[in-house]
Amino acid sequence: MAPTLRPLVTEASPSRTSGTVLVWQYLMLVWRRSALSTVIAGIVTPLLYLLALGFGLGTLVNSGPGAASLGGVSYVKYLAPALVTAAALQAGVGEAAYPVYSRFKWSRVFWGISSTPVSTAQITNGQLLFLATRLAIGSALYYVVVLVFGAAGGWAGLLVIPIAVLTGASCAVWVMALAGRMRREGTAFNVVFRFVVVPMTLFSGSFFPIERMPGAIRWLAYISPLWHGNELARAAMLGTGSGLAVLGHLVFLVVLGGAGLVTARHAFSTRLIV
Amino acid sequence: MTGATLQPQVRTTLLLRIVPLHLYAGRTHVILERSLLAYQRSWLVVLTGFFEPVFYLLAMGQGLGSLIGQVSTVAGPVAYAAYIAPGLLATSAMNGAIFDSTINVFFKLKYAKLYDGMLAASLGPVDVALGEIVWSLIRGGLYSVAFVLVMLVMGLLASWWALLAVPVALIVAFGFAAVGMAITTFMKTFQQMDWITTALLPMFLFSTTFYPLGVYPRAVQILVECLPLYHGIELIRGLCLGLVSPGLFLHLLYFAGMIGVGVTVASRRLERLLLR
Amino acid sequence: MNRQHRPWIGNVESRWSGVASAVVKSTPSGGRPELDSREPGAEPAQGSQSTDSMISAIGLRKSFPVKSGPDVEAVRGIDLQVPRGEAFGFLGPNGAGKSSTMRMIACVSPRTGGDLRILGLDPARDGVRIRARLGVVPQQDNLDEELSVRENLFIYGRYFGIPRRACWAKADELLEFAQLQEKSRARVDALSGGMKRRLTIARSLMNDPELLLLDEPTTGLDPQARHVLWDRLFRLKQQGVTLILTTHYMDEAEQLCDRLVVMDDGRIAAEGSPAELIERFSTREVLELRFTPGAQEAAEPRVADLAERIEVLPDRLLLYTPDGEATLNTVLAAGLRPVSTLVRRSTLEDVFLRLTGRSLVD
Repeated sequence: MAPTLRPLVTEASPSRTSGTVLVWQYLMLVWRRSALSTVIAGIVTPLLYLLALGFGLGTLVNSGPGAASLGGVSYVKYLAPALVTAAALQAGVGEAAYPVYSRFKWSRVFWGISSTPVSTAQITNGQLLFLATRLAIGSALYYVVVLVFGAAGGWAGLLVIPIAVLTGASCAVWVMALAGRMRREGTAFNVVFRFVVVPMTLFSGSFFPIERMPGAIRWLAYISPLWHGNELARAAMLGTGSGLAVLGHLVFLVVLGGAGLVTARHAFSTRLIV
Repeated sequence: MTGATLQPQVRTTLLLRIVPLHLYAGRTHVILERSLLAYQRSWLVVLTGFFEPVFYLLAMGQGLGSLIGQVSTVAGPVAYAAYIAPGLLATSAMNGAIFDSTINVFFKLKYAKLYDGMLAASLGPVDVALGEIVWSLIRGGLYSVAFVLVMLVMGLLASWWALLAVPVALIVAFGFAAVGMAITTFMKTFQQMDWITTALLPMFLFSTTFYPLGVYPRAVQILVECLPLYHGIELIRGLCLGLVSPGLFLHLLYFAGMIGVGVTVASRRLERLLLR
Repeated sequence: MNRQHRPWIGNVESRWSGVASAVVKSTPSGGRPELDSREPGAEPAQGSQSTDSMISAIGLRKSFPVKSGPDVEAVRGIDLQVPRGEAFGFLGPNGAGKSSTMRMIACVSPRTGGDLRILGLDPARDGVRIRARLGVVPQQDNLDEELSVRENLFIYGRYFGIPRRACWAKADELLEFAQLQEKSRARVDALSGGMKRRLTIARSLMNDPELLLLDEPTTGLDPQARHVLWDRLFRLKQQGVTLILTTHYMDEAEQLCDRLVVMDDGRIAAEGSPAELIERFSTREVLELRFTPGAQEAAEPRVADLAERIEVLPDRLLLYTPDGEATLNTVLAAGLRPVSTLVRRSTLEDVFLRLTGRSLVD
């Protein structure tokens, strides 16, 4: 009873699904297994931060001498947009680091895909698309929690979701490029987390206006993608900021993300085509 | 070239046997490098552990501090930076201890079979437990000394009692390490390990690191007072601000209890796991 | 109903270049002619597919840049012709350039020099189209450990643009072929090494490839797993799939390959069928003599003219002769007293030893 193979019998019209979408579908399939815990974390974490920092810390801030500099809103409303963008940044960098690195080094899934008609540019794009999807889901959940706390700020507040995705993705794509370049063990990620992500989260006007920092450090904020994201998020949820400023912030993030994508594509293709 | 024998070795090394899920594999590797290799290779990583609380102190102390002004404590109004610094010290002691006593130990138990070798050489389980903890304390101690120096330079220390902050931070770390290790011996998968770090987040946020207990309603205050990190922060804050009272001993007792329970449970579990 | 038995090409246009499409259209059953009517063990039919060269390489070269110093030359100019339906092997030790050659054939590594045509197409221009028709079994597994066995097959098929339902159907069929039905819902990290290899091979067949590339398919497997794999590969060969494999196991080469090349240091040292190579580069039999340490040097000059060729190894002497037993008698008659003796047939290992002066696996 010898098993033989029958050739695949299919219709003649080729599928129109692009390689990017196929890679995205694969990554979504893998993510489905942990989707529940991601969703739960995506609700519980904002809850904790808003309660603790928004209200706990907020009690101190709202009654302190600097309350006026928040622009006339309570601390919770001031903090909420920044929390959404910071969460997207952390999630984006986290998802782009070890998971992507593992697809090169340990599970080596990208090597398998590169033997198929899917090109390396499509692999990069597909990975980024998945990243953006995950950030969108996380940010949407965050927005819902913020909405329940009454800090969501009208219909324009919904824009915080794409803003957070843009902020997170424009940074994550650089981490993807790093993951593509790294050959040895992943200690570089730890350095990136501690020396780039943490200071960025702390010094980008998330928890306090950057005017509260001495001038030298304020300049750091101007080049920090998270600060630009925060300004955009606050513009959406609080209505602050002029149209020109908003445009400027958008351009910054888009250019950063675009440059990152080019770098990532180059890193992926150099890694996979040797 | 030993092509035939090379492949099987590659397949069974630690690296390829790790299931690369989410962030687990990465953290595990960082910890593995830290403790298995001499820390010359990972000196930069070790350095990052020092910088993180310092960044928090600079950002929150200065930035938030200018918004908040002063925090009223039992000892009178205190600058915000001086208020949060002891909290950050206690938190970094906790983080360092948990990191070393959980992921590290889990990895060695599950994959590296390192402990099997040690126990075969007639070391007891208590030696193993204490050995791991001592290594994390040494590093934690270095961080604490460095952080206290930063506090000194920034003028945030109010009394000579602050000198005791370093040994007390070590006791706090010891307590967390012991309990952390005990919990780890019960864990079976990487996902379960993640629950531990998830549990730390609310503790970090709610235990008076950044704002005093007074903001909570009384019911919540009682909950917070049960958390170990709260006691650690109270201890160290008391010392740094000069608020020394016999009440501090109660906090110390709390940690003595943590250490006792943790070490006992960890040894018994290790004995059961390894000396079957 | 005359359906086209054609592999998928995915999001690439379904036109086939010249020769290949002519063959497909001219044969009644589509892309895999004589699939069911061929007897096992028959010669690959040269007539109707003689225009179908699967691989054609002339002066193929590959070098890798190195940070400090000159480039590393992995492949130093090799010539290859592989017709459809053949099982072709690359034999050689690690570092001989086999994997680099395989990667160039798989169109995932650009060549540094020379000419290369796969399925009549140039990888530099038509890499994507060629890859759609290849099956690749890599040296290191790259399965997704988090997905189930069946899901791994499904998702790989999707990369070729095969519609979803067809993917699941094909996956189930391949699970049966690879004898992994019971494990179809199991996670990959729960499988043994041999099962993972079978899964990788099954996966490589999702797109019905005309050309299957296997890089060291049984390295690291226990003997039983190896035999199961050989059986599967043999069946594929019977069904007309062109197999290209690299190996440093001579028994694998002898069992599976119609023709093989011996590679060493980036070049082809010899080419031919296993039997031809053995006949050309070795004698029919080999007499192995083992002496006590020290006694071997004394024995060497004395056996010098008792056989066609002598090989001196660190631990034994090899005497190449058409009749091992006769030579053994001569040796004993000459008064030599080896500790142990062995008369065996020549293998490709002996061929390799003759060609390069080194053993395949040391």
